[in-house]
Order: sequence, then structure tokens, then C-alpha cells
Amino acid sequence: MALADASSVPAPPPGLDGPDPGRWRRRLTTAAFLAPAVVMLGVWVVYPTIRTIVRSLFGRDGSEWVGLGNYETLFTTDTLVTAIQNNAIWVAVVPALVAAIGMVFAVLTERISWKVGFRTAVFMPMAISMFAAGVIWHIMDEKDPERGAVNAAIGAIKDVFGSSGVLSRAQPSSDAITGSISEGFVLQATVRPGDGALLGLTAIPPAEVPEGAEQAATPQAAGGEIVGTVWRDFKPGGGEPGVVEAEELGIPGATVQLRDTSGDTVATTKTDADGSFAFTDVADGEYQVAVAPETFAAPFEGVSWLGPDLITPAVMIAYIWVWAGFAMVVIAAGLSAIPRDVLEAARTDGATEWQVFRRVTVPLLAPVLSVVFVTMIINVLKVFDIILSVAPGSSQDDANVIALAMWRTSFSGVNDFGLGSAIAVLLFVLVIPALALNIRRFKREES
Amino acid sequence: MLVLLAGVALIAAGCGDDDDDGGSTGTATSGGATQAEEPSDVSGTVSMVGIWTGDEQESFQAVLDGFKERYPDVTVNYNPAGDNTPTVLSTAVEGGNPPDLATIAQPGLIRQFAEQGALQPLTFAKEEIEANFPQDIVDLGTIDGELYSFVFKAANKSTVWFNVKAFEDAGVEAPQTWDELTSAADTIKASGLPAYSIAGADGWTLTDLFENIYLRQAGPEKYDQLTNHEIKWTDQSVKDALTTMADVIGDSDNMVGGTSGALETDFPTSVTNVLSESPKGAMVIEGDFVPGVVTTDLEPGTDYDVFAFPSIDGSGPTVVGGGDSVVMFKDSPAAQALVEYLASPEAAEIWASRGGFSSANTQLSPDAYSDDLTRTTATAIAEAETFRFDMSDLAPAAFGGTPGQGEWKILQDFLADPTKVDQTAQKLERSAARAYRDQE
Repeated sequence: MALADASSVPAPPPGLDGPDPGRWRRRLTTAAFLAPAVVMLGVWVVYPTIRTIVRSLFGRDGSEWVGLGNYETLFTTDTLVTAIQNNAIWVAVVPALVAAIGMVFAVLTERISWKVGFRTAVFMPMAISMFAAGVIWHIMDEKDPERGAVNAAIGAIKDVFGSSGVLSRAQPSSDAITGSISEGFVLQATVRPGDGALLGLTAIPPAEVPEGAEQAATPQAAGGEIVGTVWRDFKPGGGEPGVVEAEELGIPGATVQLRDTSGDTVATTKTDADGSFAFTDVADGEYQVAVAPETFAAPFEGVSWLGPDLITPAVMIAYIWVWAGFAMVVIAAGLSAIPRDVLEAARTDGATEWQVFRRVTVPLLAPVLSVVFVTMIINVLKVFDIILSVAPGSSQDDANVIALAMWRTSFSGVNDFGLGSAIAVLLFVLVIPALALNIRRFKREES
Repeated sequence: MLVLLAGVALIAAGCGDDDDDGGSTGTATSGGATQAEEPSDVSGTVSMVGIWTGDEQESFQAVLDGFKERYPDVTVNYNPAGDNTPTVLSTAVEGGNPPDLATIAQPGLIRQFAEQGALQPLTFAKEEIEANFPQDIVDLGTIDGELYSFVFKAANKSTVWFNVKAFEDAGVEAPQTWDELTSAADTIKASGLPAYSIAGADGWTLTDLFENIYLRQAGPEKYDQLTNHEIKWTDQSVKDALTTMADVIGDSDNMVGGTSGALETDFPTSVTNVLSESPKGAMVIEGDFVPGVVTTDLEPGTDYDVFAFPSIDGSGPTVVGGGDSVVMFKDSPAAQALVEYLASPEAAEIWASRGGFSSANTQLSPDAYSDDLTRTTATAIAEAETFRFDMSDLAPAAFGGTPGQGEWKILQDFLADPTKVDQTAQKLERSAARAYRDQE
């Protein structure tokens, strides 16, 4: 194989140049040195590239010629268009953020004594595989605050400022009561002094009934009083809604409001162990009774990081977490190469620290920043595994990118290698400008 | 005739393999269930790619050990590929180097491979398979008149698992009908616990729920028509089934984590929600494999239990099933011997006694199962008046078997907004039309 490739190097017929064994030997040596690289590139780069391009012009099973049909499908299928759009967002946002965060870390840690420790910590995620990092963030981003660390942290902060109620949630037991946890549950029927009010609630877990709760009781109203009961209107089997029955517990400590006909609260009270309450010395008139919102401390339900709306930012955060260390290390290396006297000269001339940073450090860092930038653009175009591992199945469509779409179309059940190849070719075309930029820069540096 | 066919197959396969007198395989073919007396002079190596990993892999290895006792000269290299089996096999077939045998859970993929000519027919074992398996299973494995596969490990997907204490707290009994289910769910909700734990992050749990409702509500004929896309997904029967499905997934307050929480819940978590000391939900609607996916301290039968998916509009005992089928890519005497062994009740018995396994093999005694719950769910397959294979597994993979696409994704969107019945039916039809067209 190697020899076949080597012999394909065009050689002029010996008759024209005359016999020159030395020249032949040189060519042979050159060919022998080149052969391994040529073979490797041929087998692993050139052939697969050409084969993929050819395959993209054929249909699903490879037998039917479809021309550019796959490319048409590519730009007309919703999920694939989403993938292209998402990739554009990735390219627009992530390289800039990675470079910026890397620079901030590099500059800020430059003069502190424990910079090695700090930089090691920031660089550490680079040692983790992308897929593992994705799994970590998937777990951290889970919606249930009992599971997801991010939501647990947010919940802890919210709890500090949150209210405390005796119940976390409840629902009215019948249509006679309306409202919600945030507005309170209002008994629709109006009451007058001397009447009783029954405020039955359900959907309260048995474990959440406050301690000391006793069998619910219905007090009798004396003159000028409005009395009633707030209780867990449920017993095994359901019970009869709206009726206080045996085995049903009162809810102690619930806040009850007496509202006038315009909806303003005129009095509040708390329930006893058996769930009963009483408003005394009520002036004659019509009133409504409500379980106040203060009764409830709605638990923090968690932000849906992995839902369709936030999934792309969530994956980006994970990705930046991994790559910020890389940017920091490269930029820090660039920083240490900046001549100190230039900075000193600027300071002597009266430049502020910000001006030094903006007018001297950044321009001198430009070549390094462009390396980080171009590397990140290429990486971001290819982004794949972290999305697969962070996004659950239900939101993978919303987080889709070109490389993921390529994999999902070619494998993972669809098995359309034609369309998959077309997506691969698109990805290849998109990476070319970034590669060209890189190559040009290399050449410039060499010259 | 059968012997002749087997002989031809053997000659075709014999080229690269050790010599073997055609007689032994011939006897095996006609031997059927009387395999035990078979001479074991077959030798060679069989490569097999399968979906069973972890505990399932260990159990299957025990089955293979049983094979090894019978055929000491045959080495079986089993490679677990898990959920990636379709990927692994498609790549191997595309690259021209498939394994000798494989197990595939998606009949749609088997059909695809058969039509590509990648599979070898199991003609040599047809008689044994027809004797040991119900006609439904044989029909399922038959493509264009040739038998290509049989279900080795079956699954009953018409089961609902519940936390016994949660049901007791709410004072409800295992429901038999759909109306009883919905009223029990309301009562459980009133008791302070969401009734349903839905694994919305895994689209296939939603397709299973839909199929169970559809088969009961629309009947097996419509089910078959819809499976083959002979009626459209915009058919009224589909919309009716989606409306019924909304009884379960329509009430955000009655699902663990609400709608958005359900969409992020994967299947193992949905099971843990129910099978735990302090359950977050009362029921999980999924197949007989539910207890196998989590480790729990709860006792089967006393702490958690199972009931059959409720009857809708008076439907009789009905099972939507699934299963992992054995297929053959490359023919050889050793591969044939393994196929025949796997079709025998003896092979099924080894795994059945280890648990976590249901067989469609009618020759397998119910006593083989290690526990009562498995016996209940496994024998329900045999006792069902109507048995149908999981529709989404029969559909082209692009529609019925791909995460984030087709039916999985569209039903996830339906879970997000269960009022959009008409839109969902239209989206399903669009996706199905394209996938079925591509398949042709």
C-alpha cells in the first residue's frame, strides 16, 4: 500500500533527463518518509471525507441516488433547522464567554499568592471527560431541589426570605370553596354573625398535618360570633367532601380571615388543635370566611433547568465550566509573556489600571486571545457529547446542535446514513473557515 | 423438505467453518423439544450482540452456561450493547461485519435488516419455534413468508405498579376498570399524594400508555391497522385515546413534580418515586420490568404490588407486550445450535428461575418463575384474550423508537400540554407518514 502510493509520485521518463541514480534515490527517500503520513491521512481523513460526501447524495440505505435531496431535507426539517440555529447561538455566545471568563480569571489571579491553587481548581474540569461533566451537570440541574444541587441552593436562599406556614400545600375539598394557595381559599357562601363556616381542605399529606392536631370539631356559634372549622377533609376512601367526619383531623395554627363583601379583611384569627376558630363581637352584616395565604409556605419547586426553555443556557454553563480553565491557562501564559516595562511605562505616563488593561494588556494579548477564540469556535461547532448527557430525552430537540443531529439521524434508531452524511458535510463546510483562519495564522507566525 | 433446507443452509455456511456432518443439525431440526439427546459434536465460535447488560447480562450468561454444558466445543462471545444495540448493529451491518447472532427489541429494525438482506432466515428451527411459541409470536417474526426471529425475553407492558401503603392511606383498592382508576386517582390525590409517577423524560413510557389505552378502546383490528399505518393518526380513534390519556396526564397536581417535573423524570426515578418507604407518588404505569430497575427495601406483594392495566369500555384481558428477539446475521452450525437452544423451554427456565424474566414459550411451566408477582405478570401474557406487540416497537424506528423524535417526542409535547389533542394527532400523522414512506 505504502509503495503504491509512493510510486504514484509523478516522475519524468528517465530518457529525458538522462540517468541520474542520485536523484532517484532522493525521491525514493522523500517518498519513504512521506508515505506513513500520506497513508494515514488517506485512510483516516481523505477517504472517509470523500465517502461521506458521496454517501450524502444517496438515500437512506445507500442504493438510491437522491442528488441534493438530503440537503433539501436538512434545511426544511424543524429539528434540523433548530440544530443549525442553536449552533449559531453557541458560536455567537460561548467562545466569547469562555475567552472573557478565562481572561478575567487570568488577570485577577496574576498577582495573588495562591494563584496556583486557584488556577488548578479552575483547570480541573478539563481533566474530566465531556460526557462525565454532562452527567454531573444533569444531576446538579435536576428540578427537584432534593436532587438538584443548583435548585437546592436557590431553595436555601429563598427559604431565608420565605414565609413560614403550617402547610406546604392543599386544595379545597369541594366546589363550595375557591381560590389558591397564593390568594387563600374562600368559602363562597356568605355568613352572618351566628353562622358556622366549614373550610375543608384536601391533598394534604398525612405527614404534613401539624403536630397536636385533634379530631376536627364543629363549634356552636353564640350571638355575635362567626365560628367554623379548618380541617383535613379526607379519610381513607375519600369520605364525604364538606362534612366533618370521624377520623378527620383539624388543622391547628391555620390563619383564618374574615372578609367583608368588598373583599377586605376585617379580622383574622388562628385555629385551635381541633381546627375550630371563632370571630367574636362581629357587627351585623354579610361576610366571607377564607383560609389566609399565610397558612401556607409553598415549598420551592425548583427551576426547570432541563426543560425546553432553559436547556441550552444550562448546557452552555456546563460547557463553559469545562473550558474556562483552558482559556485561563493559555491567556495566563500570554500574560506572563507581556514585557513588564511596557506596563510600567504606561503607569508612569499616568494611565489608570483600566486604561492599562484596555489599551496595553488586551492589544498585546490579541494573538493569544485569537488562538483561544478560534479553538473554541471549532470546538463549539463540534459540540455533541455534553448535550447528549445534560439534556433529557424530552428536551433534546430543543437543545439540538448539528453534531448531535448528525448522530441522532445516522444512528440511534433512525439509521438514515444519507441524511446523516449530509449533516456531516454541512458541519465540515462550517468548520472550514475556522480552520483556514488557523492555518493562515500558523503561516504568518512561521514567516 | 425442512431437513433439505437445513442441509442447504449448512452447506452454504460450512465453507469457512469446521467440518461437520450435516446429519447432526438435521436431527436437531426435526428434534424440536427433544434437544437433550442431541449429540454435541458442533464446534466453533458464535459472536452475539445483545441489549442485556448488568444483572440481565449475568442471567443470560447463566443461560449460555447451560448451552456450554450441551455444546462444550462452542464458544459464545456475548457483547452487551445496551440501548445502543440498534446503533452498534446498524454500523456493523453498514460496515459489512455483523455478529453471528443478535437480540433486538425493535421488530421494525428487524424488518429493516431483513429487507436489506442482512438477516438469515431461521428456517432450520421453524418447526421447533412453531411448536414452542404462540402463533402471534411466529407471525411477528415472519417477514414475507420467512421466519427471521422469535421473542426470547418477553415483556408484559400492561401492568400498573403501586405502593400498597399509599393505597391504604387513601383507602382505595386496585382498580379493574378505567373509571375505577380515575376515581381512585382522585381519592389518592385528596389523601395528599400525587397518584401517578410519570417518566416523561423517556418518551417510550408515554407510547406504552397510549398503546394500552388504544388497544382497549379502539380494539385489536384498529390497532393492527394503525400499526401498519393503514389508518391515519388523525383518525377519531386516536383522538379518543389521547383524550382518555389526558385523564392520567392532564392533571398537573396529580403527577409527581407536576407537568414540568414529569417531563424531566426518567424511568428509574419514576419507579423509585413509587417503590420507596416514603413514596412521592402512588402508581407507576409500566411493564413487568418495573421492580428490576431499582433496588428497594420494600417487600414485593406486601409493600408494593401490581394490577393489570384496567379495562376500558368493557375490554377483555388484554396485553400489550414487548420483547427482545433473537436474529441471525451469519449462518453456521454453532449459531444454529444456539438459536435452537434459545428457543427451547430449558433455556427459558434457567433465566425464569433467576427472576426478572418472562417467556413467551408456551412449553415453560409457570412453576419455573421464582416469585408470585412475576408469575402473575408472565402468565397474563399466555392468558390474554388479545395480545399485541408494542406498536411503537413495530413502527419504523424513526417514528416509534428514537429519543427526541417522532412519537416519543410528540407524546412528550402532549404531556406538556394535554389539551392539544387535535394538534398532537396531526403531528403524529405527519411524522408517521414520513417515517413509513422512508421505510418503503
